[in-house]
Amino acid sequence: MSEFFLIIISAIFVNNIVLAQFLGICPFLGVSNKLSTATGMSGAVCFVITLATVVTYLVNRYLLVPFNLEFLQTIAFILVIAALVQLVEIVLKKISPSLYQALGIFLPLITTNCAVLGVAITVVTKQFTFSGGEPHFFNLGEATVYAFATSLGYALAMILFSGIREHLAQSNVPKSFKGLPIALITVSIMAMAFLGFSGMVK
Amino acid sequence: MAASSSLKNMVLCLTGVCLVCSAILGGVYVLTQEPIERAEKANLQAALSQVVPDGYEISVEPVYREMDGTRYECYRAQGASESEFATAVKSSVNGFGGQLTVLVGVTGEGKVYAAKVLSHSETPGLGAKCSDAASHFVQQFCGFDPAQKSLKVTKDGGDIDAITASTITSRAYALAVENAVKLMKEDSYE
Amino acid sequence: MSKLGLITKGFIKENPTFVLVLGMCPTLATTTSAVNGLEMGLATMFVLILSNIVISLVAPVVPDKVHIPVYIVIIATFVTVLQLLMQAFVPDVYKTLGLFIPLIVVNCIVLGRAEAFANKNTVLDSALDGIGIGIGFTLSLTVIGIVREILGSGSVFGAKFIAGDGILAFVMAPGAFLVLGYLMVLFNKFAKK
Repeated sequence: MSEFFLIIISAIFVNNIVLAQFLGICPFLGVSNKLSTATGMSGAVCFVITLATVVTYLVNRYLLVPFNLEFLQTIAFILVIAALVQLVEIVLKKISPSLYQALGIFLPLITTNCAVLGVAITVVTKQFTFSGGEPHFFNLGEATVYAFATSLGYALAMILFSGIREHLAQSNVPKSFKGLPIALITVSIMAMAFLGFSGMVK
Repeated sequence: MAASSSLKNMVLCLTGVCLVCSAILGGVYVLTQEPIERAEKANLQAALSQVVPDGYEISVEPVYREMDGTRYECYRAQGASESEFATAVKSSVNGFGGQLTVLVGVTGEGKVYAAKVLSHSETPGLGAKCSDAASHFVQQFCGFDPAQKSLKVTKDGGDIDAITASTITSRAYALAVENAVKLMKEDSYE
Repeated sequence: MSKLGLITKGFIKENPTFVLVLGMCPTLATTTSAVNGLEMGLATMFVLILSNIVISLVAPVVPDKVHIPVYIVIIATFVTVLQLLMQAFVPDVYKTLGLFIPLIVVNCIVLGRAEAFANKNTVLDSALDGIGIGIGFTLSLTVIGIVREILGSGSVFGAKFIAGDGILAFVMAPGAFLVLGYLMVLFNKFAKK
């Protein structure tokens, strides 16, 4: 149990996917102008990252590894993710139109969100040690928890950032700083704050 | 200009593209397989030769040893005479930022010949200095005799000078070396 | 547009990093030093040029509705080829850049150029566009890398000019965002006129 707790803390705060690992920056900068869109995007990302990691984990474990085809990881994973995103879109439209309205417009953007592919690849290629002992590859349970926690970290960073950005839009910044530059400088300060967490989980 | 999006066309096109791409990939994979293996082997050989005495015959086939439930990957190296041998042990511990893997060369008398970081995720500019082979921190392990001195950082009452502002990394590194030495000590009793 | 113009427009006018603001993840993550930035830029350029060429060739026959999946498969193929080649011939570089090599697949620059340029232009023009944007990207990454290396480790292309350490924050995450932010300010002020 404590291992799961450590994975969650580490994925959300210590190795925050945006502020420490630099994944999913484009949508992070692109749709964080308003708190409401940021929340919608975060929800969609959480959903897709978790689902995609589980599916790609299984694909890797039961399809690529047995046939010695690990070199096809990149191409297989991106196809699985693209197909999955389409599928989710279709299913959501049928089952829950209200949820589709909230998340729908963000779904097509997610295929090219490198956070999704990044987490999927990290989970199957990197060995982890959280509660001491031998470094090992994640099992399915750990992979799922890691993916979900990572996406929560994404949501946290995104929502905090968009909150700041809404205020930023009303303040008077020099002309050359307007828009992205000042946003990047803001992220820099946030990243500095998150650095405080480093070394907390070993 | 583009072909119409009928189901037949779409299926044909996707299948065709996938087939061609997998054929290309398969071909490149077969072509690069040998160079990749060679590069990995050369890499390992280079790392091993840094942690065992010069002129030793290194076996790149790993042998596995267990201690406290952890399995260690070891490589044997043989010197000119029967009694001259060393073992390179791959020792992983938790550093500051994550896993820290150190390759430790232990001689037949149980001394450390040299140690080298294989992979780490320590803070750049601070803990990451543990991978700088020329630094005092790494150099002090060369020829270290655990029977005479203690493999603990000075802060913990030992003889290892820690990297400035990176006690945790230094502790972890020393622990990795200590584990390797212990493993070889147990091994020689067998 | 002249052939030369196709190449040079990627440097300043359509600079992928500072003007189009695409491919931010590798831009921030791999620019801890000038060399790393340069290598990442070249790796991306390799994929960009080849995928631009092939996509401009196949675009006329690909049905509209499946063009994105087809492009993605083509790009992913070149990325995998690059991965295998790098593992075989420059394993050290592959290890340093790590995750960000497979992630070229989802680099918006590559798919973006396929969509915006290669699928409606000739093979030669698309190749030139790939080279231009590729050089623009490589240049930007190298510049960011140089700035971060000077401030963060006190060296240029690995040659140290001060004893001791630089300002560590610049090698870490906050420095990446900060340097990119300020370079963008300078770019806005002087180049974008």
